[in-house]
Amino acid sequence: MTPLLAARDVVKRYGDVQALSGVSLTVREGEFVSIIGPNGAGKTTLVNVLTGLLRPSSGSVAFKGRDVAGVGPVRLAALGMARSFQLVNVFPGLTVAETLSVPALARLGRAGRPFASLAGNTGVADSVAEMAELFGLADKLGRPVRTLPQGDKKLLDVASAFALRPDVILMDEPTSGVSTRDKTAIMETLVQAAERLGVKAIIQVEHDMDIVFAYSDRIVALHQGRVLADAAPDAIRADAEVVATVLGVPR
Amino acid sequence: MTGALVLAAAVAAAAVVPLTGRDYYATLMLPFFAYSVALLGLNLMFGTTGLLSFGHALFLAVGGYTAAYLGSALRVRSLEAMLVVAMVAAVVVAVPVGWLCVRYVRIYFGMLTLAFGMLFYSFLYKFYALTGGDEGIPVARPLLLGRAFGDLDKTGYLVGPYYYYSLALCVVAALTMWRIVRSPLGLSLRAIRENADKAAYVGVRVRRYRFYAFVIAAVFAAAGGVLLVVPTGLASPTLAYWTHSGNLVFMLLLGGFSHFFGPVLGAFVFIFLQDQVMSVTEYWRFVFGVVLAAVVIFLPHGLMSLVVRRVDA
Repeated sequence: MTPLLAARDVVKRYGDVQALSGVSLTVREGEFVSIIGPNGAGKTTLVNVLTGLLRPSSGSVAFKGRDVAGVGPVRLAALGMARSFQLVNVFPGLTVAETLSVPALARLGRAGRPFASLAGNTGVADSVAEMAELFGLADKLGRPVRTLPQGDKKLLDVASAFALRPDVILMDEPTSGVSTRDKTAIMETLVQAAERLGVKAIIQVEHDMDIVFAYSDRIVALHQGRVLADAAPDAIRADAEVVATVLGVPR
Repeated sequence: MTGALVLAAAVAAAAVVPLTGRDYYATLMLPFFAYSVALLGLNLMFGTTGLLSFGHALFLAVGGYTAAYLGSALRVRSLEAMLVVAMVAAVVVAVPVGWLCVRYVRIYFGMLTLAFGMLFYSFLYKFYALTGGDEGIPVARPLLLGRAFGDLDKTGYLVGPYYYYSLALCVVAALTMWRIVRSPLGLSLRAIRENADKAAYVGVRVRRYRFYAFVIAAVFAAAGGVLLVVPTGLASPTLAYWTHSGNLVFMLLLGGFSHFFGPVLGAFVFIFLQDQVMSVTEYWRFVFGVVLAAVVIFLPHGLMSLVVRRVDA
């Protein structure tokens, strides 16, 4: 079976700086893959390459067997890959319901209609209601996003990515900026939503090792632009080099 | 609901103006209608999408010159034909210009639109054979729905049938734009304004929809341009001059771009204030500069923010 997402020997240079030096990575259906590594390891660059935002200097990125290197976010969303962001990335002036309508309209190919009614879109209304329920935002649909607490903004950011009903979702630190107490709750919400919506694979970048080890099927450790290890959580824990460079003091 | 009543009252009040017999004020309403139509479009680009054009008068000129050219060179007298052809001409011009401009945002977008506006101004000014150069092209009195109203003198025509024609067109333009702003496209444009990167990641075709907004705004401006030149009887290059674009932006800021009817209020206040100030001093631009500074500092959401608060309270 072709992997959902396959990166081969990806190199990304910014001038003289080599952010990625030959990274290969495969994600198959049903996997939850975490990308870890110290700051500057190239995680964000890798995510940007995988989501088609950055064109790799060399190497290839294939999504569902199609070359997607540098195709850009809109095309990738249409193909079935969505992304959420490390820093909360929302539409401050829209309401929660409007925010969730935007990806639903885009998915249904109706986002550019100038004379249609917003209210009469049943498919969109259903999607908004479903997302709001899955992410616990149902009682806040009419609220302007800028008035939401930080945790809800984070959930909404992810919910709007899920509203595309992607096959693969790539989350850049889904629990950053959230209190430790809320992290598990957010992860539970995300995993349940992914299951309900039929998301086939999740890729996350994460710093919190408790979260990483609790949820991942596989962990990819990056260090200085290279894959240091790519293995199941137990094997990663047993890898002395990874423990020393990425995890730091053993937990 | 209150809003709908206020609007109905405003339209009714506008409809009564010619009946008061004060023709001077009725003729001042004509540019107000024309600018309102244009500004409804311009605000789709600025208030809704977040792109500020400094060259939008280009499309007023496209409309005005189309009407003038059709009337003088081709002997087309129907105002409906002028409007339709002007709007088509606006699309023809806006497609290449918009295609280039929407590749840029913020000040770069503004500067590029300004450049295209001035380019068009130079074209109107220099291509004497086609455009009449600095003299422009006279605009003959058009037929309204096929009727000439030959029994009316110029003022009678303008404050009578033409007045109501303009008012009706203004209402139609407002209803159309109301629909567009509340459509899926309108929501996508607001998402683009709020956060274009995020919009792209949830599947919004950012550049394409900015382009749509540009073209729609151009079409509204061209219709406004046709309405504008009939009362003055002349299409001249100053229609496309950058200060004219500046006036449009002034009206947007004055009325408030974050409210649907802000630009319409801005056009109204601008025209009547200009009339009053000009009758007192020739330095009306100086006075307007002070007014603009005061609005930006004290009323960043324009005069509409005063009105809406009062209506809602």
